[in-house]
Amino acid sequence: MKRGLLAALSIARKDLKTELRTKESLNASASFALVILVLFSFAFDLDRESIYAISGGLLWLVYSFAGALIVNRSFARELPNDCLDVLIASPTPAWSLFLGKAIAAFFLLLIVEAISLPVFGLFYNISWTGVFWPLLLTISLATWGITVVGAAFSAVTVNVRLRELMLPVLLYPVLIPLLIGGMGMTTQLLSGNMAAADRNQYLRQLIAFDAIYTALAVYLIEFVLVV
Amino acid sequence: MLAVAVDRVWKYFGDYPALRGASLSVEPGACLALLGRNGAGKTTLLRILAGLSKPGQGEALILGAPSRDEGVRKRIGYLGHGIGVYDDLSAVENLRLFGRLMEMENPARAADSALERVGLANVKDGLAREFSRGMRQRLAIARAFLHDPDVLFLDEPFTSLDDRAIAVLQRILSEAQARGATIVMSTHQIREAMELASQVALLERGRIVHAGERTAEMLADPTWLYRTFGEAQ
Repeated sequence: MKRGLLAALSIARKDLKTELRTKESLNASASFALVILVLFSFAFDLDRESIYAISGGLLWLVYSFAGALIVNRSFARELPNDCLDVLIASPTPAWSLFLGKAIAAFFLLLIVEAISLPVFGLFYNISWTGVFWPLLLTISLATWGITVVGAAFSAVTVNVRLRELMLPVLLYPVLIPLLIGGMGMTTQLLSGNMAAADRNQYLRQLIAFDAIYTALAVYLIEFVLVV
Repeated sequence: MLAVAVDRVWKYFGDYPALRGASLSVEPGACLALLGRNGAGKTTLLRILAGLSKPGQGEALILGAPSRDEGVRKRIGYLGHGIGVYDDLSAVENLRLFGRLMEMENPARAADSALERVGLANVKDGLAREFSRGMRQRLAIARAFLHDPDVLFLDEPFTSLDDRAIAVLQRILSEAQARGATIVMSTHQIREAMELASQVALLERGRIVHAGERTAEMLADPTWLYRTFGEAQ
């Protein structure tokens, strides 16, 4: 178990290092998130109450689309020079290979979210600093859900010719329960009218999603990678 | 215990049987040249042996255990068609990463030593993408042999290597043979293969049609095997 976790960290560190050098998906994902946020701010002339009402939905749609660009590269990054074959042939268990990919994608998406959140606050005149810690918890839980499911589907579609198209088609239907939880929690946090019962329900929903899909992906990934 | 034991292995891609009940055994310390024309099933068999693919039917054992066994994979080296190194990492970063994944005790020292062996020590901090083709091939050889594997699976190892990389590979293969490693390599370069091999197997349309010792006839006339056992006979 410990060896597997150490291998996962090595894979994650390698992915982060190569991505921070090339900025292939980071640039595309951050630019996309910023452009969508800015365009939406000009597209609708909403009153203050309506802006708060759609804030969570808008933020998580942007984050999930940006996330698809990040996770698309997770396993595709291993295709040049047949590096995926070398990883599979190594003693690294498939689950730790997958976990390393998910951890790297998680941090990359967090970077995109950290860049776009201040822009969101600025263009929509929404203050989020007062709920920073609960918002960080919500973002972390939902981001892990996006990246763990995304990395799993990235493995499924890695050898598919139209993987850029296939991944979102597979990903978004599965993410619906997670996005409902993330959107609901974020909207309530930003608008400041949240009952403790609602908060707990959304939190449970996010935690349950993360736990179920992480366990499923970790268990099934060997059957996906070695056929 | 056999180093490699393949027992009636079938592998289908859709309806097409790439392997049709292939059986093979390789003694520890032997060097097996796996010969056959394009599409004969050499790469499919090597991928199963290296744990990259599962047989549809039958069994493939490496050192007495299935090839997906973690303990076995620590003792396997694989050099496929791709070089298997990351373009955006330096030579030494690549080898340290694979050293950690191979669970070596001191990946940094192993990486430095491997780079020395293939003549890349002076460019160890250069990114792999900046290397010439020959240097990248030598880096791939260093990666495959980094952990001194007991069993080596090499898929067309001499194809498109430059003369320096061929010399490096031949030297490292000889060293591996000297320390008792088992080598299984597929190749079209029959002459080079015959010089290294102690055993030969010929694959035709997914079946092993001949397996045995390399003989003097094979060494004298590399096409003898195809003429004697191949379909064209």
